[in-house]
Amino acid sequence: MDRDRRALSAAGRAATVVLPVAFLAVFFAWPLGAILGRGLVVDGRPDVPFDVLTASTTRDVAWFTLWQAAVSTVLTLIAALPLAWALSRFRFPGRSLVEALVLVPFVLPTVVVATAFVALLPDGVERSVWAILLAHVFFNVAVVVRIVGAFWAGLDQRLWDAAATLGASPADRQLRVTVPLLAPALASAASIVFLFCFTSFGVILILGGPRYSTLETEIYNQAARLFDLRTAAALGLLQLAAVAAAVLVSGRLERRLGGGRRRGDAARRPVGGERIAVAVVVLGSLGLLALPPVALVLRSLQVGAGYGLDHFSALAHETPALFVAPWHAIFNSLLFSTAATAIALAVGIPAAVAVASGRRGLDVALMLPLGASAALLGFGFLLAFDDPPLDLRSSPAIVPLAQALVALPFVVRSLVPALRALDVRLREAAAILGASPAQVRREVELPLLARPLAVAAGLAFAVSLGEFGATIFVVRADWPTVPVAIFRFLGRPGEANSGAAMALCVVLMALVAAVALLSERALVRRRPR
Amino acid sequence: MSRCVLLRCAAAAAVVAATLVAAACGGDDTPTDVVLVTHDSFAVSKAVEQAFERESGLTLRILQGGDANEVLNRSLLTAGDPQGDVVFGIDDSVLSRAVGGDLLEEYRSPELSTVEPDFANPDPHVTPIDHGEVCLNVDRRWFASRHVPPPKTLADLILDRYRNLLVVENPATSSPGLAFLLATVATYGDPGWQTYWRGLRANGVRVVDGWEEAYTQQFSGASGSPGKRPIVVSYASSPAAEVIFASKPLATAPTAAVEEGCYRQVEYAGVLRGAHNEDGARKLIDFMLSERFQADVPGSMFVYPVRAGVPLPEAFVKHAIVPRDPLQLPAAQVDANRDRWVARWTEIVVR
Repeated sequence: MDRDRRALSAAGRAATVVLPVAFLAVFFAWPLGAILGRGLVVDGRPDVPFDVLTASTTRDVAWFTLWQAAVSTVLTLIAALPLAWALSRFRFPGRSLVEALVLVPFVLPTVVVATAFVALLPDGVERSVWAILLAHVFFNVAVVVRIVGAFWAGLDQRLWDAAATLGASPADRQLRVTVPLLAPALASAASIVFLFCFTSFGVILILGGPRYSTLETEIYNQAARLFDLRTAAALGLLQLAAVAAAVLVSGRLERRLGGGRRRGDAARRPVGGERIAVAVVVLGSLGLLALPPVALVLRSLQVGAGYGLDHFSALAHETPALFVAPWHAIFNSLLFSTAATAIALAVGIPAAVAVASGRRGLDVALMLPLGASAALLGFGFLLAFDDPPLDLRSSPAIVPLAQALVALPFVVRSLVPALRALDVRLREAAAILGASPAQVRREVELPLLARPLAVAAGLAFAVSLGEFGATIFVVRADWPTVPVAIFRFLGRPGEANSGAAMALCVVLMALVAAVALLSERALVRRRPR
Repeated sequence: MSRCVLLRCAAAAAVVAATLVAAACGGDDTPTDVVLVTHDSFAVSKAVEQAFERESGLTLRILQGGDANEVLNRSLLTAGDPQGDVVFGIDDSVLSRAVGGDLLEEYRSPELSTVEPDFANPDPHVTPIDHGEVCLNVDRRWFASRHVPPPKTLADLILDRYRNLLVVENPATSSPGLAFLLATVATYGDPGWQTYWRGLRANGVRVVDGWEEAYTQQFSGASGSPGKRPIVVSYASSPAAEVIFASKPLATAPTAAVEEGCYRQVEYAGVLRGAHNEDGARKLIDFMLSERFQADVPGSMFVYPVRAGVPLPEAFVKHAIVPRDPLQLPAAQVDANRDRWVARWTEIVVR
């Protein structure tokens, strides 16, 4: 019987690898290979684009891409860690609401955020590298708060208490206890933020203007605008290689760093001076993060010279800007994002299990979709999915598939650190105390994983809701999502159109906050105390 | 082990995913569709779309994304195995690439005889559907409140009194931006336009990537815009759009188009080579030239019909202009020089 079980678990382990690999092969490698082949194969022979890779313009673009991403990542970590601390270590009224609100910036379409930034920033700053960095911080704070916070929440308070007893000062405790314990989650979050900023598109295009370009914007420029597929493919390969290298380095760091073991949610009520610190951090961070959304809410309520709800009620009526009444977009977004979340979890959970048990190659492969240019992938979809049974070019099903590809790394990244940190001794202790294996799963391990799982689902949903770059390439005009509808409205003159765009932004923000709140409640409430 | 619990979650998620995707896939494509590939600005009234579907017995599906140039590039990528049956939105500036790219089947619509003489003799691969003029737009209130007369010609823009007031689109990335560059080439000749643009730069012109940003974020005249610049490159019809889409009825438009220096763009449709429904594609092109579709063009897309004698909506008659002598360059000249002009422009204005 023992042998049967081992065989079964070997089969199970294989299954955790097959599904993610098959998904990536069909929906990522194949289309990308099709477009790279179109650009880099001439008459059946590979045409190696050395000239593109060594050109000085390529070097300049690559350098700018690299340093802005590195600086953005560092700034995001600095900005997000206090909030992650307050939200993960302490229980206070409104905590889950704050956690939900923090997710809002992350899903706002870049055009919308850029609009808000243009309105908020003083004239000289509005189109500079500072605007780019600030916008990147604004977008990505949620990633750090979520991923690091989910990990931080499980760390045992007694470690700090012990350090304090041994005479460590508060600063000492943060530096010598907190940082090493959090290191794997920090590396995990930093690598996602870095990739996001490295492949940033809308922010660079709008806030940077024609003067700044990253590899991603340059690929788009070469492929979609100039139709130079050779240059685009060469830059696409360069970007993929850079992303793969970054993922490898961060993965190595993450493992090397070890980190602390987790024992459920260690959050407690703040006491004494902590109360002031938590209040300052939470209110201060929220205040800064709220500025652009509040600007959007105000604009959505502005009707002529006064205020009103006209732009919201107009969402029920047909308009020339869309082929359906705007409220359809809300329905479509919810449907597509639910499907995309389900796909991302279906593929991402086995993948996370495989990665946590040491399949490093898969880890890199899963992160690559974040590093592939949406324009190249969109072109690849057009080339690859043109025949039954995968004639997806004009099918709405392509939308959640494309979104799931982008959401997948978030699922994996949220689950892997928690899976790695599961304490074997807990399972053993429960077994010794007489718990059946099923009981161990239900009573010990699922509760420990509930929070990371909720985070994974929430992030996947949020990412799919806000996804724009890939969606716009594959979506059908009669199935617009909310970000696509916002984009269409912003593309037309007149107050009713810009008002509808702002109203939809507000709807999108509300949706994300609601979904984040619900997913957290539903999963975390069930935790046995 | 916990992994099993997780995998069970994954399996449940897989079932949900499969169900939703299957639901979304429902209604497979049959030859009763005709698929239109077009740009972001395409629009048509529901009633007109339904009229086409009723008369032809075909379902109209629309795939849209990008500007005219990007639509053309996507079509070139899939030439011979196209995403749809008809492509709409090819304009003069990319026409010769479309024709040279072996992308389109020849088709001469019987409705061509109803088209105004200016447009009636296109390349046999394409059919003209509408025309639009790219013009300077000004914020009337801004100029009235400062007692400064708004600019009347391109030459005015380099005067000191219009310093730091103009926002334009990058011709490398925007189709109205390219049209405005072509307007300056048509006015000042080649290489005279370069001197003019040095003057614009010295006078503080601001360049942005796309029309959206220029008009809705930088231009002070657009309603709800946080913009601070009162002169923008937009369309002759934009003032009418401001009135039609105002939240409260307006007696006069808040903006005005400058009649001098407008550049004409004609938009064409064509049957894609390898179309699944070639017959439906021809029917759609005929329909796009019909009185019904042509009358809908101003209200939906804010461009003008090519069909003769089609009445314009009231807001267009009152607030928009149809420039009398719009500038235009021969398509072949544009195509031969476009890349060089844009590269030179980038050196002069952006670098």
